[in-house]
Amino acid sequence: MLEKLAGLVNDDEALVRRGRHLTGAFLVEARPRSWLIHVLRGRIEKVEEGPFVMPSWRFALRADESDWQRFWQARPAPGEHDLLALVRRGLMKFEGDLQPLMANLLYLKGVLEAPRALAPSRGAAQ
Amino acid sequence: MTAALEPIVGRYLSLDFEGRRYRVYFEEAGEGIPLICLHTAGSDGRQYRGVLNDAEVTKHFRVIAFDMPRHGKSSPPHGFERDEYLLTRDFYTAFVIAFADALSLERPVVMGCSIGGRLVLNLAALHADRFRALVGLQASAHVAPYYDTQWLHHADVHGGEVCAGIVSGLVGPDAPAAHRWETLWHYMQGGPGVFKGDLHFYKVDGDLRERIAAIDARRCPLFLLTGEYDYSCSPAETQEVAAMVPGATCIIMPGLGHFPMSEDPDRFLDHLRPVLDRIAKPG
Repeated sequence: MLEKLAGLVNDDEALVRRGRHLTGAFLVEARPRSWLIHVLRGRIEKVEEGPFVMPSWRFALRADESDWQRFWQARPAPGEHDLLALVRRGLMKFEGDLQPLMANLLYLKGVLEAPRALAPSRGAAQ
Repeated sequence: MTAALEPIVGRYLSLDFEGRRYRVYFEEAGEGIPLICLHTAGSDGRQYRGVLNDAEVTKHFRVIAFDMPRHGKSSPPHGFERDEYLLTRDFYTAFVIAFADALSLERPVVMGCSIGGRLVLNLAALHADRFRALVGLQASAHVAPYYDTQWLHHADVHGGEVCAGIVSGLVGPDAPAAHRWETLWHYMQGGPGVFKGDLHFYKVDGDLRERIAAIDARRCPLFLLTGEYDYSCSPAETQEVAAMVPGATCIIMPGLGHFPMSEDPDRFLDHLRPVLDRIAKPG
């Protein structure tokens, strides 16, 4: 699911610029799967898929794989379309040091919404 | 080069209110029935630029959008530097009425969005006879906190960036990019702690669940319009209020989010114009 994330983000100059103050790793859990996303000044340096023995990350975003799959539709349904919508519905948890997450929230939303570009087009989805 | 002056005029009102002097900025356009517009938490009256610029609306309505104190071009009151800003239901309600009285607006219509939509419900419960009609956009009776609002006013997080980040997913998916980003820009420009202070009303002090039963839309028409993609005030939460209010009209707007008048003014106006027609020509 996130194998192509680096290309999607790194080809988006404006998005990389938005994240230029973020360096470090964060965890995306799509239960039962998980990924470590390594960021270097807004560029995705490396994406590793779990399972991990001793993962080290600054913050984690945890949800079920099915919720992420709906989130990554080209045009998600209401309530499935935004990280905070999932948080409000109790389907997603933010964990760890939330300072870098909140300080880079617009950037991280852009990163995590980037896989929508690979979903079947809106017309096809409908 | 092309250039065109918009019909909107901006002015300042100097207002003594509850022992403090406020300098309140408002914009207006049109003639006829006064229509006061209330912006969302952490934003300002520019959200109503589409309504203020709509010739069909301003033919029959004097549209007035003011910035709440601390928002947009309205100054905070003297001594603000010593206060923790926390918007309360009673202050907000009294301030809107004081603004209407200061401009000598007779039985205006009030339309408010989000915190403004909540406020409209309080006006409907307590002051229905003062208004010709009330329009709640993204109006619900209560929202329980679902994230830690401390992050909105924090030395280690840029306030403008995080406020825009928090609300970005409340814009509907079909919003034109220019309007989406202008809507976020207003959030990026908010003063420190202002969005957070407004949310005190939205999530703590403005719980109206016990007052909804007092609303009767037959005394003062109540229209509730909510965007499909709003998860802060969801369609179900607006429908819950509408079901409790005799005579209320509830309209769910497909594809729109929490900021309909700002994120997609044209599409919003398609929903609003028939409502305003009903207000202008009842029966």
